[in-house]
Amino acid sequence: MSAVLLSVEDLYVRFRTYAGLVHAVNGISFEIQKGEVFGLVGETGCGKSVTSLALLRLIPPPGEIEAKRINLGGDDLLSLDEAQMQRVRGKRIAMVFQDPTAGLNPVFSINDQITIIIRHHEGLRKGKAEDLAKETLAAVGLPSPAEIMKMYPHELSGGMQQRVMIAMALSSGAELLIADEPTTALDVTIQAQILTMLIKLRETHGLSILLITHNLGVVAQTCDRVGILYAGSLIEVGNTIDVFQHMKHPYTRAMLAAVPQAESRGQRLVDIPGSVPSGLNPLPGCAYHPRCPHVMDICQVEKPSLQVVGEGHTVACFLHIPSGDREAYN
Amino acid sequence: MTSMVERWFGSWARKRKSQWEEYGLMGRAFCRDWLALISLLIILIFILGAIFAPHLTPYPEQGRGEPNIAEKLSPPSREHPLGTDRMGRDGLARILFGGRTSLSIGFLVVAFGIAIGMPLGALAGYFGGWVDMVIMRITDVFLSFPALLLAIAIAAALGPSFTNAMIAMAIVWWPWYTRIVRAQTLSLKERAFIEAARGIGVGNLTIITRHVLPNVTTPVLVQATIDVGAAILTGATMSFLGLGVQPPTPDWGKMVDVGRAYMLIAPWDATFPGLSIFLVALSMNLLGDGIRDVLDPHTRRLG
Amino acid sequence: MKEPLVEVKGLTKHFEIRKGLFGRRSTVVQALDRVNLSIECGKTVGVVGESGCGKTTLGRCIMCLIPSTAGEIWVAGENVLALSAKELRDRRQHMQMVFQNPYSSLNPRLSVHNLVAEPLITHAKVRGEELTERVLELLQKVGMHEEHLYRYPHEFSGGQLQRIAVARALALNPKLLVLDEPTSALDVSVQASILNLLQELQEEANLTYLFISHDLSIVEYLSDHIAVMYLGRIVEIGSAEDIFTNPQHPYTEALLSSTPNVDPLKRKQPIVLEGNLPSPAAPPPGCYFHTRCPKAFDLCHQVEPQMIDLGSGHQAACHLLDEDKIAG
Repeated sequence: MSAVLLSVEDLYVRFRTYAGLVHAVNGISFEIQKGEVFGLVGETGCGKSVTSLALLRLIPPPGEIEAKRINLGGDDLLSLDEAQMQRVRGKRIAMVFQDPTAGLNPVFSINDQITIIIRHHEGLRKGKAEDLAKETLAAVGLPSPAEIMKMYPHELSGGMQQRVMIAMALSSGAELLIADEPTTALDVTIQAQILTMLIKLRETHGLSILLITHNLGVVAQTCDRVGILYAGSLIEVGNTIDVFQHMKHPYTRAMLAAVPQAESRGQRLVDIPGSVPSGLNPLPGCAYHPRCPHVMDICQVEKPSLQVVGEGHTVACFLHIPSGDREAYN
Repeated sequence: MTSMVERWFGSWARKRKSQWEEYGLMGRAFCRDWLALISLLIILIFILGAIFAPHLTPYPEQGRGEPNIAEKLSPPSREHPLGTDRMGRDGLARILFGGRTSLSIGFLVVAFGIAIGMPLGALAGYFGGWVDMVIMRITDVFLSFPALLLAIAIAAALGPSFTNAMIAMAIVWWPWYTRIVRAQTLSLKERAFIEAARGIGVGNLTIITRHVLPNVTTPVLVQATIDVGAAILTGATMSFLGLGVQPPTPDWGKMVDVGRAYMLIAPWDATFPGLSIFLVALSMNLLGDGIRDVLDPHTRRLG
Repeated sequence: MKEPLVEVKGLTKHFEIRKGLFGRRSTVVQALDRVNLSIECGKTVGVVGESGCGKTTLGRCIMCLIPSTAGEIWVAGENVLALSAKELRDRRQHMQMVFQNPYSSLNPRLSVHNLVAEPLITHAKVRGEELTERVLELLQKVGMHEEHLYRYPHEFSGGQLQRIAVARALALNPKLLVLDEPTSALDVSVQASILNLLQELQEEANLTYLFISHDLSIVEYLSDHIAVMYLGRIVEIGSAEDIFTNPQHPYTEALLSSTPNVDPLKRKQPIVLEGNLPSPAAPPPGCYFHTRCPKAFDLCHQVEPQMIDLGSGHQAACHLLDEDKIAG
């Protein structure tokens, strides 16, 4: 029975802009087990990147983070001050972004960049730090780590840069790796390499991964559990197999039906009318109701909370809340 | 029949309405920028002052240059709110009439500079190759001369007069715009919509006028607003050297230069023209910022 | 119509990159190497491959947006590479392109009306009221409305912008539409609506599509025939069915297995290719793919494989398919 590594409860992120208050994340709660790959999936504007930044408290004003609880391995992250939070970032929770060039400084060699991190977090001497760096580079599947160490970021391909980023995350002994669209900018064969490597790391290093993506295929192939985000709310959470097979929420169903596959040749894809709400002046009730083919009266008025529909599988939809219980909302 | 007229009128009205909506948006966006509004006001005051100069002062002849030695170097008073200069001419009148000269030099020189420099820059950037080389080498030649010296040389060769000074300055000014526009065009060329236009079969010159030029106006505008002040000053230097406006026709820059000698005994003589140059240059700058934000359909909608 | 609408023969494209002092020494990047392709009227041919494979260059060469180094491109019975500038300009009406990034393929300073009107103004010499009517018709065909007519690009979402781009491309009733990754910048649900739109339009007007993408699932879904490219060469070509169920080239197999399937029950170990893409400026000798191919053998390092016909239009360039060579 794996222990819970990350526990988030009622996370809200709002931005105060000239146009008004933007609700980027609306009270989401989820858990990530140790050694698990958890996928956070949604389309543009659903709040997935904002969530990851909120976990690390990297949302600058005019953004506000509010949560009941953010626990990492038993420690309450909300109670930490900035200095303590800095010790968590990079050391206990590491992050990898879509654009590897964003994380790699072009004027420093790989050696310099990795060893700086190692020495900052582990306090090792230069020689020992370099050894650890080479080990980690090998662990992420880079051939001839010694050579790579001497190189500069622009001499490496996109895939290799991304591996270096992951190595940097590993080298500090992170418990949780947040990967925000790590392979979106890469070729599909390179993506396959990186994702395979990430899964392997879970076994060799006991790494837990929060994988953020809009690509349902990637989620289906790599994640143990998945949370589907729509307009800042988690609308379905569960085992990847359960969610993709049983698709309880209309949005999940619509998303999966919209993916083109060779098998569905000649058929029309399902497209969802309307567009994702902007987060400014959110409508009352369920965020998805204007676009939902099964919308009921109550959906327009009340917001459903996550209900259990299977083992470890929860859905936020009135279709799955017995009518008797719906009364409780009134 | 009626429905056809209705339809025609309806769509014309809709189009005009959308356009007017856009202009309205532009106006409102501009008005939100109070700095730009004030700047516009200041510039308008100066321009109107220059246009209606004879009617705004009881001393128009003094404004034009007639001396009034009896009251020379009098401090500001009720009869002469800005004092008088060394020839006894009313300060306010001199400023108003001087504005005619200085503002025309400032705006006209920059306008000519853009009119010549912008198309050349766009052609050079868009076509590249030998067109680019020829244009840029000519531009480089002009840029390698110190602007002032070149202007002086040309003006001297043409003979001292207001028009010749303007021609000389315009010749010196256009290369800067060519450079700016060329750089912008080069980066714009990579944008997909230029390629899309070529794919449609739009002719090169049409691409330049329809797609390139409207998108390169921003840096040109910024440079232009700074240049107006610089042009006024350069015009002043030219007049000082006897190459531009001839005395007694007033010119702000010339007034500052001449008034310098009397700074200790009659500071108003140089200060007010100097202040005018300063205000116009600063306002043009701020106005340029405001206009730039308004011209971009995206920023004009931001708060 | 049995003659293919488009026939590409031996298309080669080199890019010169000037390096060295005074630009003397220049490196030649081979973007396309003797590409042969044909597209039948009313069909969709998908070109798929990863970065550096030349698929975008192929599209741009066919559209004559960039000059080709060698080869022939026959469109509707004419070799467009042999046309004069004036004739080419006229022929452009028959082939239009939709670009990948709708945010940069539409001039931000033009209204939607003027954007879609541009082809009509350029070729059909339509003006005024009639122009606006035709623009409106086109916009309605792609699901946009009258109120969008005089708005500007930044007011629209990616999906809407791409619809406007499609409307613009259809303005002159082209025979061929080249679509360069038209949905890569869009969300899944928006992508679905654009793909549906493209299919409807194709049925209505019997359009011919050249669909370029890096996403094999979209290409398999939409295309009748698929060409797989690697480093400027077509390595396999065939009907969508053949490519999907019976891939013959090791690269096609790798691509297929790497493309993540949306069904979690179909988890498999993807064929992980070793190493990285070779530099297009210095391609390896013999078969370009041999440096990463799990099934490479001696001959692959030395001799470039020719396209081997596997029946019903299915071809692949791989020594493994040539029985004689393996035996010998």
